[in-house]
Amino acid sequence: MFDITIIGAGITGSLIAHSLSKLDLKVLVLEKENDVAEGATGANSAMVHSGHDPKPGTLKCKYNLLGNRMYPDLCKELQVSYVPIGAYVAAGGEEEEEKLDTLIAQCEERHIPYEVLSGDEARENEPNLSDRISKVLSLPTTGIITPWEVTIAAMEEAMLNGVELKLDYEVKKIEKADDHFVINDEIETKVIVNCAGAHCDEITEMLRPSPYHTEARKGEYFVLDHLDGKFVNHVIYPAPSAKGKGVLAVPTVHGNVLLGPNSEFCEDVEDDSTGEGLDFVRSEITKTVKNIPYHKMIHTFAGLRPHIDLKDFYIQEDDQIENFIHVAGIESPGLSAAPAIAKDVVEGILMPKFIECKVKENYVRRKPFIDLSKMSDEQVNELIAKDPDFGKLICRCEKVSKGQIKDVINRRCGATTVKGVKMRCRPGMGRCQGGFCEPEVVKILAEELHKETKDILLDKDGSNILVAQAKEAL
Amino acid sequence: MERHQLVIIGAGSAGIAAALGAYENGLEDILLIERENEYGGILQQCIHNGFGLHTFNEELSGPAYAEKYYDLIKDNECISIIYDSVVTKIEDKVLTVSSPEGLKHIQADAIVLSTGCRERPAGAIGMKGNRCQGVYTAGTAQKYLNKEGYLVGKKVFILGSGDIGLIMARRMTLEGAKVIGVAELQPYSNGLARNIKQCLEDFDIPLYLSHTVEAVHGDQRLESITLIKVDEKLKKIPGSEQEIPCDCLLLSVGLIPENTLIEEIGVKLDARTKGAIVDDRYMSSVEGIFACGNALHVHDLVDYVSQEGKKCGRAAADYVLGISPQSEVVKNVVSNGVSYMVPQSFHKGKDIEFMFRVSRVYKESFIHIYGEGFDKKIKKLGIVPSEMQKVSLKKDDLSSLKGELHWEVVE
Repeated sequence: MFDITIIGAGITGSLIAHSLSKLDLKVLVLEKENDVAEGATGANSAMVHSGHDPKPGTLKCKYNLLGNRMYPDLCKELQVSYVPIGAYVAAGGEEEEEKLDTLIAQCEERHIPYEVLSGDEARENEPNLSDRISKVLSLPTTGIITPWEVTIAAMEEAMLNGVELKLDYEVKKIEKADDHFVINDEIETKVIVNCAGAHCDEITEMLRPSPYHTEARKGEYFVLDHLDGKFVNHVIYPAPSAKGKGVLAVPTVHGNVLLGPNSEFCEDVEDDSTGEGLDFVRSEITKTVKNIPYHKMIHTFAGLRPHIDLKDFYIQEDDQIENFIHVAGIESPGLSAAPAIAKDVVEGILMPKFIECKVKENYVRRKPFIDLSKMSDEQVNELIAKDPDFGKLICRCEKVSKGQIKDVINRRCGATTVKGVKMRCRPGMGRCQGGFCEPEVVKILAEELHKETKDILLDKDGSNILVAQAKEAL
Repeated sequence: MERHQLVIIGAGSAGIAAALGAYENGLEDILLIERENEYGGILQQCIHNGFGLHTFNEELSGPAYAEKYYDLIKDNECISIIYDSVVTKIEDKVLTVSSPEGLKHIQADAIVLSTGCRERPAGAIGMKGNRCQGVYTAGTAQKYLNKEGYLVGKKVFILGSGDIGLIMARRMTLEGAKVIGVAELQPYSNGLARNIKQCLEDFDIPLYLSHTVEAVHGDQRLESITLIKVDEKLKKIPGSEQEIPCDCLLLSVGLIPENTLIEEIGVKLDARTKGAIVDDRYMSSVEGIFACGNALHVHDLVDYVSQEGKKCGRAAADYVLGISPQSEVVKNVVSNGVSYMVPQSFHKGKDIEFMFRVSRVYKESFIHIYGEGFDKKIKKLGIVPSEMQKVSLKKDDLSSLKGELHWEVVE
C-alpha cells in the first residue's frame, strides 16, 4: 500500500514528489508517457514571471508571487540553471501606457521590485526594442529556467530518496475502498494527488462527476539559434491585452531566443501541431521588437496549457471524496507557480494527513548533469582520463560528448529516447537539429540500454526513427 | 604548446586538398584535424558514382574518390592527421581541441577552415503540422542507410530537388522503399540535370515543380503530407492542396556552410554564400584564417571543392612563408541576376578564376563584367542557379581596371 500516489509527472507532480521524498512516506508517481515533463512542462515560455500580471485575489496571483521567490533557492538545491534575467513590459502610445500603469500599481501592491523607463532609456539596454515603444516597466525579478531540467532533476532526486516512478502507465480506473483507493485493480494507495494536466478531469471522472472541464490552450513558438550578438537581453512582454500576456521574446538559459506564444483553444488536448499560430506570432512580435533574425530560426513548436473552465487554478482536497487532491488547471503562470503549489499541497494538505511521519535522515542529493562548458580544462581532462568518451564530441552545435550522453541515460529517471537525451544534455538542440548527431545518439542509446537500433524511439511509443533494414522491403 | 605551420580543420575533400596544396607550396608541418574516425567527410556516405571526372578522369564513388585523393598525402611526412578530434574554439590562432586523449591547445601560424556544410532542418523552414516522427533531412537519411544499413521510411516523399534529395530518391528506391514524388518550390529543378535524369526519370518518380509541402500529419509517425501548388511569386494557391499518404518526408531544402567556429572570432560572413568573405587567396577578414570547400560556399561537384582546397592551401602556405601580394585590391560587386561571387575581392596582378551563381534560369544571356577601364561580355547559354558558373580573367586584361568590378546577367 502506498501512502501517496501522484498521477502525472509534469513539473507540479514532480515537485510534489520531490518535497514528499524528504519525508518517511511511501510515494508512487504514475505517468502515461515514457518520460517525465512530456506535457505542458515540455513546451512553454521557460520563464518565471515576477507575478505582476495575474488578477488580484486569485490562486494564480498568490502562487506566482510565492513561486517567483522560491525558484532561485530551489534551482540551487536541485543544481539546475536559474538566470535572473529580468523583463521589460513594453508599451507604445497612450492606450498601452495606461495598461502599463495598472501593472505598475499591481507591482506596488504586491511588493514586486520594478522600475519605469522611457522608451529611449530602455532602448539603451535593448537596442532591438521597437521604435514605437514609449514606456517600459522593468521587472528585475523575472527569471528564466529550463522547465524540463527542473522536473527531471526533481524526479531524479525524489527517486534517489525512495519515490517510485512508473512510466508508460496510464490510469484507466480508480475505485474507492474503505480507507484507500485501488488504481487499475492493482495499485493500492491511501491518497491520490491528481496532477494529470490536460487529463485532470478524466481522472476525476473515474470517481465522481468532475467539478471542472479541462480544455487545452495551444501556444506556438519560434526558436532562434544562439546569436553572436544578443538579440534581446531581457524577456520582452507587450502591454497586456484582454487575451493575456501577449507574444513574448524570451532568451533561454542556453542562449537561444523563443518568440511566442499565441493562444488558441484546442479541442484535442494532445494536438501539438503548428500552423497559423506561427503567422500570428510573426505579426504580433513586431509590436515590441525589431530586426528579428529569422534567418537564425532553427525550430518551431507548440505547447498545450491545461485550461479549466473555472478561471483559476483548482487546488484542493475533493469536497466529496476524502484523500483525493485536485491540482488542476495549471496553465500560465503554472510554471512560475509550481514550487509554491507543491509546497502548499505538501505542507497544507498532505502532511496533516500523516502527522506521525518523520523527516528522512539520510537524504541523498543528486549529482548535477555533467556540463563540460562549465568546467576548467583541468577538470575536463580529469574526466576524460577516467572515461575517454568525455572527449568524444557527438553534438558539435551544442558541444555534447558521448560521456555526457551516457551519463544522462544511466541515471535514475534517465533518458530512454532521443528526445529524452536531448532534453537532458542537448544534442540535437542546435542549428543542425540533430542532422549530424542523431544517428550517433541512436547508437549510444541502443548500446547503453542493450536494445536493437531499430527499437530506439524519437519520443513517444510509435515514434521509431528507423523503419526497416536496407533491402528488407524488397 | 604544440605548434604547426598550418592547421586545417576538417579532413574532407577540401581539407585534404588544402594540405596537398600547402605542401606543394613549401610547408613542412601541416596538421589536419578530423572529427570522425576516418578521412573523407561527407564523401564517405556518398556511395553513388559520379565523383572525380575532372580530377581523375574516371567516375568514382564518394569513398573511392576520398581514398584516391588521400593516397596523395598518406605517406607524406609533412602532413599529419588526428581523428576523433573536434575544434571547440579558436582564439588568436590557438585552437582548443577535444579528443578522447583529452583537451589540448594547438598554436597555428595559419588556419584553414574546411568544415563543410550542414543541411537546413525542418525547423528552419517553419514546417507546419504535427510533431510526428518521419521528417528527416536527406543527408541524415543517407547516413542511416549507407553507413548504418537502415531505411527511415517505406513510402517516401521528398521536398526540394537539391542533389542529395534526388540521389536519395534513387537510393531508397533501390533499397526497397517506394518514392512517391519530389516537390520543388521553384519552377525549375535545383539539382544537376544528370541527377534529374538518372535519379527521377529513370525510375518514373514524378517531379512536382512549383509545389511545396504545406503541412505534415500523423500521430506518432508521419501518415501524410499536404502538397500545394505555388504561383510565379511562390505564393501558395488555396484550393490546390492534395493529401499524399507517406510515412517519411525527406528534406533537401538547402545547405548552409558550417562557419560557427570562425563566426565566433569575428570573421565577416557573406549573407549570400553564408560563408566567409574572402579575397583571391581565400583569406577571410581575419588575417591568417582561410576557408575553402563547402564551408566557403556550397559546391556542385567534389572536383571543384578539391581544386579550391588546393588553391587555398597554396595561398595559406604563401602566407605562412611571408609571401604576400602587394598589388591593389579590387572588390567584386554583384547585381541583376548574379546572386553571389567568390572571391568577394581580389589582388590585381595575376589570373583569377571567379565562381558564382545566377539567381534564376537564363536561356540565352551574357555575363556583363565591367568597371572603369574594363568591359567584357561573356555569352552563356542555358544557365541555371543549380550549376555553379566559372569565369577566368587574365591579369593583363584587368591591369587597366580602376575601382570596383561589377558583375551582372544581361538577357
